[in-house]
Amino acid sequence: MMKMNWVSIGTLSDIPRRGARCVSTPEGKVAVFRTQDDQVYAIDDHCPHKGGPLSQGIVHGAAVTCPLHNWVISLETGKALGADEGAVRTIPVKVEGERLFIALEALASRAA
Amino acid sequence: MTEKLVIIGNGMAPGRMLEHLLEKAPDRYQVTIFNAEPRVNYDRIMLSPVLSGEKAYEEIIIHGDGWYIKHGITLYKGHKIVAIDRTAKTVTSDHGVTEPYDKLVIATGSVPFIIPVPGHDLPGVLTYRDLDDVQAMMLAAQSRSKAVVIGGGLLGLEAAAGLNSQGMDVTVLHVMPTLMERQLDPAAGYLLQRAVEQRGIKVVTKANTQAITGNGKVEQVELADGTIIPATLVVMAVGIRPNAALAKEAGIAVNRGIVVDAGMRSNDPDIYALGECAEVNGQVYGLVAPLYEMARVAASQLAGDEAAAFVHMDTPTKLKVTGIDLFSLGDFAEGEDRQEIVLRDAAAGVYKRLVLKDDRIIGTVLYGETADGAWFNDLKKKQTDISEMRDTLIFGQSYQGGAPLDPMAAVAALPDDAEICGCNGVCKGKITSAITAKGLNSLDDVRAHTKASASCGSCTGLVEKLMVLTIGDNYNPAAVQPMCGCTTLGHDEVRRLIKAKGLKTIPAVIQELEWTTSCGCAKCRPALNYYLVCDWPDEYADDYQSRFINERVHANIQKDGTYSVVPRMWGGVTNAAELRAIADVVDKFEIPMVKVTGGQRIDMLGIRKEDLPAVWADLGQAGFVSGHAYAKGLRTVKTCVGSDWCRFGTQDSTGLGIRIEKFMWGSWTPAKVKMAVSGCPRNCAEATCKDVGVICVDSGYEIHFAGAAGLDIKGTEVLGMVKTEDEALEHIVALTQMYREQARYLERIYKWAKRVGIAEIKRQIMDDGEKRKAYYERFIFSQKFAQVDPWSERVSGKDKHEFRPMASVGFAEAAE
Repeated sequence: MMKMNWVSIGTLSDIPRRGARCVSTPEGKVAVFRTQDDQVYAIDDHCPHKGGPLSQGIVHGAAVTCPLHNWVISLETGKALGADEGAVRTIPVKVEGERLFIALEALASRAA
Repeated sequence: MTEKLVIIGNGMAPGRMLEHLLEKAPDRYQVTIFNAEPRVNYDRIMLSPVLSGEKAYEEIIIHGDGWYIKHGITLYKGHKIVAIDRTAKTVTSDHGVTEPYDKLVIATGSVPFIIPVPGHDLPGVLTYRDLDDVQAMMLAAQSRSKAVVIGGGLLGLEAAAGLNSQGMDVTVLHVMPTLMERQLDPAAGYLLQRAVEQRGIKVVTKANTQAITGNGKVEQVELADGTIIPATLVVMAVGIRPNAALAKEAGIAVNRGIVVDAGMRSNDPDIYALGECAEVNGQVYGLVAPLYEMARVAASQLAGDEAAAFVHMDTPTKLKVTGIDLFSLGDFAEGEDRQEIVLRDAAAGVYKRLVLKDDRIIGTVLYGETADGAWFNDLKKKQTDISEMRDTLIFGQSYQGGAPLDPMAAVAALPDDAEICGCNGVCKGKITSAITAKGLNSLDDVRAHTKASASCGSCTGLVEKLMVLTIGDNYNPAAVQPMCGCTTLGHDEVRRLIKAKGLKTIPAVIQELEWTTSCGCAKCRPALNYYLVCDWPDEYADDYQSRFINERVHANIQKDGTYSVVPRMWGGVTNAAELRAIADVVDKFEIPMVKVTGGQRIDMLGIRKEDLPAVWADLGQAGFVSGHAYAKGLRTVKTCVGSDWCRFGTQDSTGLGIRIEKFMWGSWTPAKVKMAVSGCPRNCAEATCKDVGVICVDSGYEIHFAGAAGLDIKGTEVLGMVKTEDEALEHIVALTQMYREQARYLERIYKWAKRVGIAEIKRQIMDDGEKRKAYYERFIFSQKFAQVDPWSERVSGKDKHEFRPMASVGFAEAAE
């Protein structure tokens, strides 16, 4: 089994509820979302439609609406919801107390 | 030769009579109406929704001023008739107008019964009868203090619910042991009391009011058992009696009401009476359906059809309090020869009772679930023998014949002569045939052509189902287009309920209005955020997570994720220092593109999000503030050089533009607002395609609005002409505030204006100085909280997290 390389990215309170922050990585920007009920998700900050920055969208339930053309992306699966088709990569997230980690191994293995 | 028809009173019954008469004999009479109330004919049934804030007065008008003009009817508003001279055949008003008649119709309605206890005439004791009463109650409710409603009948409970919605602490006093005892049996009365109490309204039954006391005004109500209830407002809603005094003085036969025959004619053959003041066969009526029937009969008689006759009818009673479903019909007293079927579901708050005699329904009480009311009413009316379906009768129509429980199927199964709209006596067949014959596809059309659901509106759901059944997908439920997938409510209902229920946060709206999602969606949240900002400027905390990214970071997102920045240039005027500062910023941040916008501003495009605060800091040093080029708010006021430079300029258009912009910047609006001021009719600032525009002329300022030059192209409408700059500003501000309060989110001014009507906007802004002033004041109040430069706030550190990455990770590891 692949070794997960968890990297600390900050704390839960760094992200506003129903909001997102970006994490810069060698792979490009990762958008880390916090929902109304404090679930945390990470996906590439790149809409499958025309590359819009998903981190800038409005967060509702476990989904985000892209600010460019209103595609709705599921934070759980990375898939476009509704009539649109497409998907964005999801990145594993771990919450330990207040601290947040993302699995960098996933990024590294993708780079390989 | 036309005969003279004079009508005393302008309520719903004579209004309906005129509609019929104009249809049957349009040219036979020259009509004059005397209305003691200073207004047109409005829907009195809807006073309760007005009181609770769910509707505005404008929405309940049946005949606007235009209707009277169109039909050549003379309406004397605020004229009370004080004498009828039957010999000379004239009537005389309290203002001294004397009008001769060939035929006279008395429709003076009823007067509320006042219990003659000591203190009944103190200031603060009101009745609940007309719009004046409602307005007085709404005014009293502003004090947010205690109200006592005497009377636990239909009117009293509606008044109590309305005052409760307005934020008052309300107690209902009812002399009988259970509420609405004339329409409900004790079990349903108890359920009703519980529901009323759950809304925070106190109910005291068996309450015998002894006195109302206070020093110069109402302070408390005393009951016979010694209880004292503090109150600043007392509403008496204990009943009505026919207003027949005028007829009596004129020597017309009066018993409880004005005695008329089945043709609505009094003992003077040239004088008719109808409505609540009339007594037919010993009966007086207070519900709208029989009154409308009287109107139909009277109109036929006046048109020459002497066979038209009024027949007694039972009318179902419904309570118009949002969230309480109640239906009562006929006779439900117990008796030897009667049987009853009862269904109780205490958990669901449902109670149904049918009273049978000889296997026929004679009475029905439904509480909590009233969908089958129309069907039971139909069975009763037709005296249908129910012995075959007796076992399942109480479960309603959809259970008969094993049909599934589908409301659509239930409506489909109704016979053509089943009554759908009780208020207007409209049956199913009339609605469906009108839909087909006239090609109707909206609720408004059906209301206009058939009157179904046009009075109390409680059968709206049934009418909509009929439309779906008749025309399927062609039914366009535009009137109730929901805001988004999270709710079935439309924008207008949501806006109204936000105010009516005093909802002041997005979670409160989502909870109270029963959204189907946990935290809304990207469509409804920005709309709700705007409505709350607009309605509660001092109390609502703006929810940035519900704003579109542009309004969250105060710049415009571009296709590559960078932003554009537009500093404010008041009226489009700039100078060397500002231009130099912009040039320096462009160099320093290597901004790839600089462009002049259509609204006379300079746009810098391609700025990285992280650089925004630094860009704003440098622009701020030069005195720039945000140009709000990203906002659903005031964008730009475009100007020409006006009388300062132009040889044709008539006024200082540049100065006025700057003044408007400085006054209105920072305000949030339903959609973007672009304005312009031109110094002469050559109109170089292109003011006649803007949301709001001004054309200066020698004699003053012509104010325009509702233009468009985008998706649609539309020239402006003229709001009106004013003489001074001050007036121009006040009118423009008031217009904008009216738009802010009424429009749906993302609805531009021209679309809003088309929906509410240019004439109505002109009436409120140009003609009604008081209204205009009130809009103006509310705008100023809201600006106290809105005029904060968002750029300097963010330069000072607000929302830092927006502009920085949370972390930068992986680079070291990747290098290893």
